[in-house]
Amino acid sequence: MVDKLTDFISRFYVAIIAVFLYAPIAVLIVLSFNKSRSRVVWEGFTLDWYISLIHNRQIQSALMTTLALAFLSAFISLIIGTAAALGISSMKRRSHRTMMVLTNIPMLNADIVTGIALMLWMIQFMPLGFNSVLLSHITFNIPYVILAVLPKVKMMNLSIYNAGRDLGAGPLRAFFMLILPQLKDGMLSGFFMAFTMSMDDFVITYFTKGAGVNTLSTMIYGEIRKGIKPEMYALSTIIFTVVFGVLLVANGNTIGTKERKRGYE
Amino acid sequence: MGNIILELRGISKSFDGKKILDDLTLDIEKNEFVTLLGPSGCGKSTLLRIIGGFVKPDSGQVFFEGQDITLLPPEKRQVHTVFQKYSLFPHMNVSDNIAFGLKLKKKPKEYINEKVRYALHLVNMDGYGDRMTTSLSGGQQQRIAIARAIVNEPKMLLLDEPLGALDLKLRHEMQRELMRIKHEVGITFVYVTHDQEEALTMSDRIVVMNQGIIQQMGTSKSIYDEPQNAFVADFIGDSNIINGIMLKDRLVLIQGIEVECVDEGFDANEPVDVVIRPEDLIIGTKGSGFTNGIVTNLIYKGAYYDISVTAGTHEWSVQSNVPAAVNSEVSLSIDPENIQIMRKPKSSDEEVIDKLG
Repeated sequence: MVDKLTDFISRFYVAIIAVFLYAPIAVLIVLSFNKSRSRVVWEGFTLDWYISLIHNRQIQSALMTTLALAFLSAFISLIIGTAAALGISSMKRRSHRTMMVLTNIPMLNADIVTGIALMLWMIQFMPLGFNSVLLSHITFNIPYVILAVLPKVKMMNLSIYNAGRDLGAGPLRAFFMLILPQLKDGMLSGFFMAFTMSMDDFVITYFTKGAGVNTLSTMIYGEIRKGIKPEMYALSTIIFTVVFGVLLVANGNTIGTKERKRGYE
Repeated sequence: MGNIILELRGISKSFDGKKILDDLTLDIEKNEFVTLLGPSGCGKSTLLRIIGGFVKPDSGQVFFEGQDITLLPPEKRQVHTVFQKYSLFPHMNVSDNIAFGLKLKKKPKEYINEKVRYALHLVNMDGYGDRMTTSLSGGQQQRIAIARAIVNEPKMLLLDEPLGALDLKLRHEMQRELMRIKHEVGITFVYVTHDQEEALTMSDRIVVMNQGIIQQMGTSKSIYDEPQNAFVADFIGDSNIINGIMLKDRLVLIQGIEVECVDEGFDANEPVDVVIRPEDLIIGTKGSGFTNGIVTNLIYKGAYYDISVTAGTHEWSVQSNVPAAVNSEVSLSIDPENIQIMRKPKSSDEEVIDKLG
């Protein structure tokens, strides 16, 4: 009896947390299908807002910019971050720890500080625009890739590289055929993390973008100042769905690895 | 000299200012099973990596079949290594692991399949080709690692403590397997271990190393029966090592007692180290041996008893098939043939060894 009660309370507690976390997003999603422009009255189902979204040139170009930024910055920081993780793992303990602190700080730093700092730094070298946003995104994405790849490097048996050399593979071939496949899972989740971080970002993009360049988040911010249109609900719903999907894939990937490992033991 | 496959000439190597190998010279013959034996940090694994091409010596040269290969990278050497941690490629199945070297050499597919099947058969793993390496036990992984090296037909196989991670029973089984494989493929084996029993069982020749230098080389029997210094005597098997004075040929003074031996050629009254194996000491009734002592400890070891006997200031270690009561007074006797007399170390290198003993 008591067991049942505690069981119920703990389930109830988890349910409440889930409601608090997701209820606002649920409201947003529901309103994106609402016929009325009202924020409180439901007047029936419609896809109008999604359709007008598709026809909006400004939104389309912002979406392209966002995806290009997310993909390029995730890809480039994947290469830099993986190389960095390999380097850090082979460092002696003290420099290893120093490097980890140095890579963790930008993640914990307030976005607004990072944003202003990057803006001030970029204008010394180039006009603000797509390139400066891309460089900024790469900068803040690298730590996430390092964080995802480093545990895989540590788990890896490095003598595999020597074994490959021993069996006739040159240094490059041994690296690409034997080392990279070991890091694949970590690199994949690092890439997805970086991708979503880039898509999510508003503050840093806002400070480093200059005139004329807009990502979805900076564009929505600009639109909202003119008054919120239901198209924005539709757009936000799409962004949420994409990010949620990417995160599911990334997490499913790491969970899958763990289960495979357990199966072998 | 036509039989020599590998020559190491004056090899020295330091890491972080610490000398690991000191002017080491060694020849290895074709088809020989050579074991590099020594405690951890003695330089044996570094020497193996130099032969494999993973470490470049600071000075000295490596010759393989008369060619200087000192600077040749590992992928160009006709030498393969079986690593301590097996180092199988976890993202490939057993067949792909074994075929790795052959595929790099772009051998035809049928040839590769045939060779992989032969290699699996050689290590008693028929039918395991499609398994993932991560699903195999330690002993099985080690067999695959050996198959993966042998399938490329190297002229020499280097084994870096390959059985270190296995339990005792499996280790004995794999020792016999290794000897059989060696016999079947007929290539040179260079084997590194710190396990003296393993070395004594398998090797044609044992190279005992410590502090980066070779302490002694020879067959299992010669190393066990006639250790040349206190380090070797202490490292190979258990030993009683005690100070003595050589009074004249065939007579040594141990703890004030004159004992007959068979060694000759020492100076009169020369201080020496006397080595007596525990299994060579015979326990008898009081007064019937060269010394009397009190039994201070008795441990049952399965096949024999480990008995400590204190005589004067020295505690003798004795192995006997019959127990002796603790606190009883017994005598110790020995066949003169079984006493090994060694000169005291003179050089500083050898003194280091003495401190370890």
